[in-house]
Amino acid sequence: MITAERKNFDEIRRMTDGAQKLLVVGCNTCVAVCLTGGEKEAEILASQLRLARKQDGIGGSVETVTVLRQCENEYLDSISEQVQKADLVLSTACSIGPQGLVFRYPTKAVVPAMNTNMMGYVKEHHVWTEYCVACGFCIIAFTGGICPIARCAKTLLNGPCGGSQGGRCEISPDVPCAWQEIYDRLAALGQLDMLKRILGPKKWNASNSGGPRTMKMEGFKP
Amino acid sequence: MIAGSNLEKVLASGAFAVTAELGPPKSADPQVIIDKANILKGNADAVNITDNQTAIARMSSMAAARLTIEQGLEPIMQMTCRDRNRLAMQADILGAAALGIRNLLCLTGDHQSFGNHPESLGVFDLDSITLIRMVKDMRDAPQFQCGEEITFAPKLFIGAAANPYADPFPFRAMRLAKKVDAGIDFCQTQIIYNLDKFEEFMRQCRELGVTERCKILAGVAPLKGAGMARYMKNRVAGMDVPDEIVERLSKAEDAQDEGIDICVEVIKRVREIEGVAGVHIMAVEWESAVPEILRRAGLKPGSSNQGEQPGGHIT
Ligand code: SF4
Ligand code: SF4
Repeated sequence: MITAERKNFDEIRRMTDGAQKLLVVGCNTCVAVCLTGGEKEAEILASQLRLARKQDGIGGSVETVTVLRQCENEYLDSISEQVQKADLVLSTACSIGPQGLVFRYPTKAVVPAMNTNMMGYVKEHHVWTEYCVACGFCIIAFTGGICPIARCAKTLLNGPCGGSQGGRCEISPDVPCAWQEIYDRLAALGQLDMLKRILGPKKWNASNSGGPRTMKMEGFKP
Repeated sequence: MIAGSNLEKVLASGAFAVTAELGPPKSADPQVIIDKANILKGNADAVNITDNQTAIARMSSMAAARLTIEQGLEPIMQMTCRDRNRLAMQADILGAAALGIRNLLCLTGDHQSFGNHPESLGVFDLDSITLIRMVKDMRDAPQFQCGEEITFAPKLFIGAAANPYADPFPFRAMRLAKKVDAGIDFCQTQIIYNLDKFEEFMRQCRELGVTERCKILAGVAPLKGAGMARYMKNRVAGMDVPDEIVERLSKAEDAQDEGIDICVEVIKRVREIEGVAGVHIMAVEWESAVPEILRRAGLKPGSSNQGEQPGGHIT
């Protein structure tokens, strides 16, 4: 799941204070699950903004509307009327949301209320951990199904660095060492020999070094 | 001879090699290098020129290595994967070889969060092992990482680091074996205080055949006092400082002198271990301690070509 957190309120204020008609657009998928940008959170943010703007003597209006998914045109189309009336759109979706709005409504100013974090695995209730950075060339078959690209602070391919201690990463005792986990798992599977082979330089051109990626289902007719 | 460096000659002769560390300054002042080189000259077969050590921006290791050559001292240029991608690294490798640098130590590098630019982008395009393989291919194939031919190969004696005190311990010798497979000629270890663990590490290395294929230099360092010992024990990633050492230093009348003594004892003990080909003395910002350590340890750098300009001709 994509996880995103709300930006701090002052930053949102600075982005939106100039707008007379502000529209807060919520998204009811990933950000609703992480309780940061769904319908309820969009409404709470709108009330906070109304209150703050009133205190500062800023007139105008703050409306809200929520769609099921901001990453799809059909849903964005359904709020055309509200968007047209606004002079600034504030999106509480992951950063695909505001960019989708920009694409769909090219003449509208759109700003994000969120910081998009990562793709996360639900470690426990309301705790997400980054397990993949979508590098576009998956190598976890060689690493016991644990991703060193996302989970090792140095994206190492051939074993733990010299800073791995007591199962913790050198960057912080709060961070597990991905390579310790890989080692333990391969040991448990009786596959430690896997670690003897040298994994060659990573191909990064399939990730954010190769320009924006597009995925197309060949042969699919809408 | 693979690269013809002084270090390579000393190690090939079977002499017990001595290397030391020379940290470039956080400034553009060449005099700092000149002064440190003059302290270390005659006291080391080659000196490591660190590369933005602990992720702190400093004078480049290539420039400092060249300045060191000009002082008549042989550098081991360090290169970390943290700050540049494979294009920049290959450019620096060719440049270093052209400047007469003959030893290259390949490292992954400390994470950028430790240094003075914690918000920087860590590159880590390669890891130390893929870097080693790339340098070996540049030297021996000779070809770039992409497979394209190199018309004039960089002749470099390739080194790496090994840390017997990091985890998982059973993988440490195996990881060094991977570095040997990738192409290193020598390695320098993390600073050794816990000798029992180091002995076990060396036993595993011998078992894996590592000591026959790679010259291992044991890392040692003088501690300046109990405070420094405690700091290294608790705050430096991958360090193992036993309590007795901390205690000895806290009880000592002259802690610096005791620190040198401890370092000398470690040198004497590692010398006895089969497969240890030399020592690497890391007296960071205490380079002046090196001559005294050598004197007390009864060591003379095994330089086979003293007086000759190290690094050879610039072509
Ligand atoms: S290797 Fe790449 S695709 Fe596979 S889990 Fe890691 S980041 Fe994701
Ligand atoms: S300690 Fe482990 S997770 Fe952290 S950088 Fe080193 S190998 Fe990667």
